[in-house]
Amino acid sequence: MPSLLILVPLLGIIILNLMFKFTRRRVAFWFAFVLFSIQLAITLLYRQPWYRITEPAFSPFFKVGLSIDSLTFVMLLCIEIVCLASLVVSRYTLIDRDQRFNFINLLIIASVGMNGIVMTRDIFSLYVFLEITAVSSVILIAFRRGKLALEGAFKYIMLSAVATILMLSAIALLLLVSGGTDFQAIHTSIMGFHKSRVIVFAIGIFLTGLFIKAGLVPFHGWLPDAYASAPSAVSVLLAGIITKACGVYTLIRLCTSVFGPSVSLNQVLMLAGTVSIVAGALAALGQQDFKRMLAYSSISQVGYSIVSLGCGTPLGLIGAVFHLFNHAIFKSLLFVNAAAVEERVSTTDMEKMGGLSSKMPVTSATSLIGFLSASGIPPFSGFWSKLIIVIALWQSGNRAYAVIALLAGVLTLAYLLLMQRRVFSGKLREGLQGVREAPFGFCLIALLLAAITVGVGIFFPVAYAVLFEPVRGVLLR
Amino acid sequence: MMLDIVLLMVMVIAAVWSVMARSLLKAAIGLAIVSVIITIFMFKFNASLAGVFELSVCTGLITVIFLSTIGLTKPMTHKQILEFSKDRARRYGLLPVLVVLAGSLAIGLLNVPFGFTLVQKASQADVRTVLWNLRHLDLFGQIIILLAGGFGAVILFKEIKEDEW
Repeated sequence: MPSLLILVPLLGIIILNLMFKFTRRRVAFWFAFVLFSIQLAITLLYRQPWYRITEPAFSPFFKVGLSIDSLTFVMLLCIEIVCLASLVVSRYTLIDRDQRFNFINLLIIASVGMNGIVMTRDIFSLYVFLEITAVSSVILIAFRRGKLALEGAFKYIMLSAVATILMLSAIALLLLVSGGTDFQAIHTSIMGFHKSRVIVFAIGIFLTGLFIKAGLVPFHGWLPDAYASAPSAVSVLLAGIITKACGVYTLIRLCTSVFGPSVSLNQVLMLAGTVSIVAGALAALGQQDFKRMLAYSSISQVGYSIVSLGCGTPLGLIGAVFHLFNHAIFKSLLFVNAAAVEERVSTTDMEKMGGLSSKMPVTSATSLIGFLSASGIPPFSGFWSKLIIVIALWQSGNRAYAVIALLAGVLTLAYLLLMQRRVFSGKLREGLQGVREAPFGFCLIALLLAAITVGVGIFFPVAYAVLFEPVRGVLLR
Repeated sequence: MMLDIVLLMVMVIAAVWSVMARSLLKAAIGLAIVSVIITIFMFKFNASLAGVFELSVCTGLITVIFLSTIGLTKPMTHKQILEFSKDRARRYGLLPVLVVLAGSLAIGLLNVPFGFTLVQKASQADVRTVLWNLRHLDLFGQIIILLAGGFGAVILFKEIKEDEW
């Protein structure tokens, strides 16, 4: 069954490319829309207690295990939702049908990579899927081939290559010890030789590689350029899910299922997370370009998940995954709205904007929801995840980190409200009189993402019980 | 053991030369030398099939692609070469020192007890069995990476119009 989430999109690419040139360019969008909807349906059906399906005949083909647990389920939901959002944005921002067709192919390939990352339980297969996602991401960043886009892609590919070397070296060292590459075998070996310096070194370089992928400070150099220079649809994908699946999810999975509990590891995670929270928020305050501001905000928000993971407690893990989900949704919402504004105003410079709420009321209102959720204001979803993170930090005795996380929330509120004021509030800036509301598709996807943000916040007990509380099961005892 | 150390040193020198060389042609040759030495190590460790792949693909095919591409570029003038060399020396002048330091550190680490028992042999299976029977998914993944690379070539290497810059 999980193998369907790899095979369905691949089959989709083959069918799409086998069509006649004229037909495929016309139907590519709706074809991909149906494909992602099917993937979303497969994910949702998998969790229904009444739904039982026998393993398809081709499943034994995948001898390296793919499986879906509660953590994977949350990630798959994020992947499919964000891919759909990115697809809708591409419909309005990539007008040229050839360009959109190529984008859709790469989007599907990236989704295969991310689905694989979250479902595999083998460290080498994990590396292969990370590479699939990284290769498609580089091409997507450089998609328009402008100088800035190529520079962003170059930075990404160089740092990604460093991360790759570090992770591959770590895998080789871990293979030396365990003789296998599945998570369980490596975990057993690590527990047996946990004082070995070579194993500590292997875990250290693997973590460094993942910090680069997650864009944590001080390895964040590639992230603002990549987010800001990529086409809008790609920014949604990168900020919404790619860095989360490649960096944050992988960190969570490996720290909980492979590396196992460790005080020093937790300290490293909390320190890296806290530095990212503060540095990302401070850097966001000084930005003129709203895509760059959102990029720095992403660094800060990812820090919250990492610091929560560093607690090493079940509540900390739940907080990390809950905030990861919320961040994927509200950051996608904010990038969708950023794309809508860029589309209508033709700039991302906040100095040239102002008073857009009268012209773009839906975009303005949904942006405000995203901003408030990111800042941790009740009753939005971000409030609950940040509350859980602070409680987890406090309960685990890391009170200084809890206070820093709380204070950084004020910084977040400051820069996001500043952005809302500069872009949407005040008097309409000269030359923007002709601006209209974003196209219907943009508004629809923004409303849906805003509805998830509000819905998860209002129905927090249900969302917590169904989606996030079961995540504690992946934590090793 | 002595031969191994000499080969490793030659490999490091060739790798540093690839980065420092003022000519792309020399850099490509430096990379080919690195690849040849890796091939020798693979044969020494009885990974002959991997050695054949390394020799044919990395040393052969990729070097030919590099040289063909370099052949299509416009050569630099003498003045440009001098400026380029200065820039290289400024950027990467410390690289050989770093390599020596990293090497010393690695040798130091070798003296540290590893603290674990090496698994005798990770897998007794033949490489064909590993690829086709045990690691289907990874092979599948490699094909998807190639597919992504194909789309990359279509998108990124399409002729660029002047106004696009």
